[in-house]
Amino acid sequence: MYSALVNKKEWFSTLVVWMAAALVTAAFLWLLGDIIRYGFGQLSWQFLTTPPRNAGREGGIGPILVSTGLILFVCLVVAIPIGLGTAILLAEFTTEEKNFGRLIRRSLDVLAGVPSIVFGLFGSAFFCNILGFGFSILSGGLTLACMVLPILIRSTEVGLRSVPSDYRLSAAALGLSPIATLRQILLPAAIPGLLVGLILGSGRAIAETAALIFTSGYVDRMPTSFLDSGRALSIHIFDLSMNIPGGNKTAYSSALVLMVLILLMNGITSWLAMRWQQARISLV
Amino acid sequence: MKWILVALLSVVAFGGLFFSARPFKAMDTTGTPKVSHIPAQLLLTGSSTVAPLAAEIGKKFEKEHPGIRVDVQTGGSSRGIADTRRGLSDIGMVSRPLHEDEADLFAFTIAQDGISMILHKDNPIERLSRTDVGNIYTGRLTNWKALGGRDAPIIVVNKAEGRSTLELFTAFLKISNRDIQADVVIGDNAQGIKTVAGNVNAIGYVSVGAAKYEAAVGIRIKPIPISETVTTIKTSHQQNFLLARPLNLVTKIPPEGMVSAFIDFARSSRMIPIIEEQQFVPVTK
Amino acid sequence: MSPSQSETLTLWALRGVASIAGTVVLFIIAFLFLEALPALKEIGPFRFFNDASWHPTDGDFNLAPMLLGTLLATLGALALATPLGILSAVFIHYYASPTLGRVYRRLIGLLAGIPSVVYGFWALVVLVPIIGRIHPPGPSLCAGVLILALMILPTIALLADASLTRVPPQTLQGAAALGLSRWSIITGIALPAAKAGLATSIILATGRALGETMALLMVSGNVVQIPLTLFDPIRTLTANIALEMAYAMGNHRSALFVSGLVLMAIIAALVLFSERFSKGEMSV
Repeated sequence: MYSALVNKKEWFSTLVVWMAAALVTAAFLWLLGDIIRYGFGQLSWQFLTTPPRNAGREGGIGPILVSTGLILFVCLVVAIPIGLGTAILLAEFTTEEKNFGRLIRRSLDVLAGVPSIVFGLFGSAFFCNILGFGFSILSGGLTLACMVLPILIRSTEVGLRSVPSDYRLSAAALGLSPIATLRQILLPAAIPGLLVGLILGSGRAIAETAALIFTSGYVDRMPTSFLDSGRALSIHIFDLSMNIPGGNKTAYSSALVLMVLILLMNGITSWLAMRWQQARISLV
Repeated sequence: MKWILVALLSVVAFGGLFFSARPFKAMDTTGTPKVSHIPAQLLLTGSSTVAPLAAEIGKKFEKEHPGIRVDVQTGGSSRGIADTRRGLSDIGMVSRPLHEDEADLFAFTIAQDGISMILHKDNPIERLSRTDVGNIYTGRLTNWKALGGRDAPIIVVNKAEGRSTLELFTAFLKISNRDIQADVVIGDNAQGIKTVAGNVNAIGYVSVGAAKYEAAVGIRIKPIPISETVTTIKTSHQQNFLLARPLNLVTKIPPEGMVSAFIDFARSSRMIPIIEEQQFVPVTK
Repeated sequence: MSPSQSETLTLWALRGVASIAGTVVLFIIAFLFLEALPALKEIGPFRFFNDASWHPTDGDFNLAPMLLGTLLATLGALALATPLGILSAVFIHYYASPTLGRVYRRLIGLLAGIPSVVYGFWALVVLVPIIGRIHPPGPSLCAGVLILALMILPTIALLADASLTRVPPQTLQGAAALGLSRWSIITGIALPAAKAGLATSIILATGRALGETMALLMVSGNVVQIPLTLFDPIRTLTANIALEMAYAMGNHRSALFVSGLVLMAIIAALVLFSERFSKGEMSV
């Protein structure tokens, strides 16, 4: 009787979980399928390398890809060290930094909810005008760095926190200094969390429109320095789909390229992290 | 140890970016970059409607004036005006006539943009009068049946507050935006076109060029004529639109040098094919 | 350098980067406040909730319906995305084969990076007409909730996945050895062990939902009204900023910054609330 009940519950829950996964997959395949269906036609090597013509209806996205890459580079170079450092402080120095930590965490949680358009207006006022970077890849990257910090820090912190406290205790019992513990045990453990943060954060960064249109700008020329204005791929998609009559086709293709880029990036980050973790384990 | 290094490096990197970047822009006393100190760059900011056109004109201009860079940035007409006033840009782009309190600026019309009513392609209605449109938008007419169409509710698509097309539209119907009973409020033209294309019973108003272009490439909408139409511009291929608005370039001081050359270039007859390619109406001199 | 010295240095370096991360939000709030000040002075804070309607060019500034719109859209999206996201993570860990789990995780990582404009664009062309056929007009609270749920699902799923990864396998094996069924292990042991991470994922997703702009602008109809049914159009605070900022002057522009401030206030309240709510749980 009891086991029949358990079996029934077990059977039902399995069904629910599989259905949830199927539902999510179906919704996403629908969306991805449409993008691939409408976007694949125009895709070619030429599309990836030539500059846009006729306001983007024709031509390619060469300079736009370069600008997007540079913006993301600035964003990550700034955000990763700040994010990692903050996450370590929040997760590992809880007793020493109780009040300071709570303050930082609060402000990060609020930061996570700032609408992207507000980031855009802020970045335009602060980086472009007050610091004098003007419309530039640098301004755009810095604005995005502010934006991805909460997600990067939070997921790294979650990763660090879920390291069982036994590890820390045994490390302390073995006489390892806190810094050695950090390096040998906690950092490898932080990798999955950091990885998720990077995937979510760079995904959000590369897909951002409203924060970039006021900071990195609209110019679709090939950038020659970090101080040039450069149009990001997502702005190009936005402009083509909302502002340019007849821009739908190239908008779909650009969206497809963006998705392939994200897929590649996710793959590379996972691969790097896996190698890094393995190297660590083999050292131990 | 390593982590001290990483942390320090990050601070240095941040600072390095910061300082290496500074000398590139001349600063005035208020801390805002002075665009005029960089002679080889022409900066245009403002209306997203004008931006694609200005960018295309800019590319042609760059070809004829080697060494000059024309940077076009969007952000809306009000931004174009604010930036021009504060000297943050050389030329502002404004997709409406200047208001009375903007008379301190110098405006140059480079093209016109018409506004047309649009319906879904499968809507049997072929023509509406100005009174019909007024009644629909103020909620006095709520079913297509009353106009000889299907027995279905009318889905009214309106533009968001502050847009010049909304101002022109309400002025044309002699109604206030308060009286409009909208079912959907949209921002840009493309959103209006997609909304109407996705709903058989919708009615909206968008740029005539955009409407015609999309209808021609098979999007399921149709621009419809309004009887008693106020046409302020007439060209052979752009009829039946309701109203026109100017697309302006504005400057703070009377244009001189490169700014003047660019404005003249944009208004020259050689730009007509480019203006038409961007679905706008050239200004006939 | 002695160990204690290097430790102090590390701590200060970490404090330094954490301070940078923590002050960003203060800069943004200060910026919003400065821009909102003229409207707060001239119109006064109360009229933003007491005026007859939102017609800023005519001098009416009631933000309340949009505030409600933002809250309803966010709550609706969370109600859908939270169970689906957590079940997705459970699926990856305890139901799918390792390969299927990896593929599924990659799919969700990909979704995290699709620009909101692409979500919005697709929903406007595909989803809204379907809803319009079921119950006109189509662009509605319902469309907004669905697309927003899709957008925040990856955040919840990936962070939940990362925190489930960190549940020590020994605990689960122990439970299995005791003869507990799979579903009981998940609900009784795995999810409670990961609850800090789950809470974080929901907070971050809420932040994202509150701040989302472009997709909602495209699908939710943007009529300033209090929705009576799921099929009524709504306008959110963020959509309001994005729709009108480009064309707003003077008090109108300043009033839009007030709506930004209101949004920040909601988020700050949410953060304080969730802190109280999860007290004890977070300090693992």
